[in-house]
Amino acid sequence: MAGPNGLRDVAIVGVGATDYYKRGESWPRTTTEMACEAILAACADAGLSVKDIDGFAYYSGAGAGYGEKMDTADFMETLGIDEVTFTASLTSGGGGAAGSIGLARAAIVSGDATVVVTVMALQQAKHRLGTVFAQAKPDPINSFLQPSGLAGPGHLMSVLARRHMHLYGTTRDAFCEIALAERENAQNRPKARFRGVPLTREDYFNARMIAEPLCLYDFCQETDGAVAVLTTSIERARDLRQKPVPVVAVAHGGRREWGRAFAWMGMPDEYFASAGNRPIARRLYQQAGLGPADIDVALLYDHFSPMVLMQLEDYGFCERGEGNDFVLAGNIRYSPDPKPGQVPVNTHGGQLSEAYIIGMTHIMEGVEQMRGTAINQVNGAEHALVTGGPASLPVSGLILGRDER
Amino acid sequence: MTALATALPGEKVHITTSPTTEPFWAAAKERRLVAPRCGRCGHFRLPPTPYCPDCQSREVDWVTLSGRGEVYSFAVVHGFPGLPDLTLVPVVVDLPDAPGARLVSNVVDIDPAEVTIGMALTVDFHPIADGWLLPVFRRAR
Ligand SMILES: [Zn+2]
Repeated sequence: MAGPNGLRDVAIVGVGATDYYKRGESWPRTTTEMACEAILAACADAGLSVKDIDGFAYYSGAGAGYGEKMDTADFMETLGIDEVTFTASLTSGGGGAAGSIGLARAAIVSGDATVVVTVMALQQAKHRLGTVFAQAKPDPINSFLQPSGLAGPGHLMSVLARRHMHLYGTTRDAFCEIALAERENAQNRPKARFRGVPLTREDYFNARMIAEPLCLYDFCQETDGAVAVLTTSIERARDLRQKPVPVVAVAHGGRREWGRAFAWMGMPDEYFASAGNRPIARRLYQQAGLGPADIDVALLYDHFSPMVLMQLEDYGFCERGEGNDFVLAGNIRYSPDPKPGQVPVNTHGGQLSEAYIIGMTHIMEGVEQMRGTAINQVNGAEHALVTGGPASLPVSGLILGRDER
Repeated sequence: MTALATALPGEKVHITTSPTTEPFWAAAKERRLVAPRCGRCGHFRLPPTPYCPDCQSREVDWVTLSGRGEVYSFAVVHGFPGLPDLTLVPVVVDLPDAPGARLVSNVVDIDPAEVTIGMALTVDFHPIADGWLLPVFRRAR
């Protein structure tokens, strides 16, 4: 049960990542080897031995990207982990990214495990995610979707973006502003693919249209790499190397009206032009005893720029339909000292401009913001919101905080 | 002159069926657009699923629809893997005589710049692999 200040019974104590590579360029590395590097780096960050790990909490069905699988037994054999007492995954895809920390928490508060790792690794040498459906085998349900030529997730979400534009007058200028703000944040990020490669409004509006209303810069990158995060009890966290970053709230799930989302397209209007995250927002704020005004930095899953705008609405940073004006007023730009009503978004450059590890870089940035060590630090930030990808349920969210002791 | 929107080349489009979805495709082969309506409460649903989500009944009436549709939302897609010059207008179609059910399809033979949300459509059938016919839509005249 959440207390008046949220859950705060577990904390993230270690984060680790490989370098980030453009799609396919991590070869001859393997996903297992990259995942293990990230796990070992997270252990070193936390001051734990890899042998302390006794739990695995995945999302995306333990998929490594959407082509390969990760496997706990492989990791045990490779890294010499002696015994696991919990190994499980959230279902579906990147929607569960932030929620996987809740799965880790479930293992810890139930007493099933003590140190739980969440890891994602992907390599797109064989399977390109951007047009994943073009190569997918037909099945009886996707036979109602694939023949239309909506070849990838961005193509599907372009249809949601169009409806939002129709209902609320949302403009491409707002999508552009999201892309520009995130690119600006990536400029000083050592591992960002677009470090030192600024983006201009002219670049954006001259870019190739992939699935109108979306252009190249509305699509996230296709990255190879791995990120791992370690979660343990708050008591143990206080004895480790880093300042504990407590989990203040975490939730996954969603409503039938969103359901399979853009793989279905049957959502009623108020869900169709949304990110499906409103039920998650409600639960998070309830658990935390907080509201949108208490969020100091928002790490919003940005596979496609319009979904950032719709999450700003779902999480109550502005009203439904006001995302366009909210974004264009400069409210999501990074500032070390944001004014009331502003919320810096994806201070790490996000998946649009740093790297796309299916949501994991957002968790890592949330941890660094709460430690006070982020490269684009929001001064005095006390709460970071991290979300999973708007996609087939579950969707998910996480609020990280600072340890009050 | 903008390229007119087409559907994917028929020989590249493969579908599979299950006992639940097969009546939809069998009717399309006869150039009929159908949708499953709950035999108990009358709720329409697409894609076809084995239970009515409103009343959990398995009874289904396969209703032949007028073939009229309306653009709910759409994209204009430039290129497809292996077919860089293709222009597609994938569309989410509201079906006025199957309220609550939507189809994801294509608007064909139209300048993409002329497609708007709310535009009236009418169904046509486009040959695809293995002898099936795929419902696609044209602007209603
Ligand atoms: Zn029914």
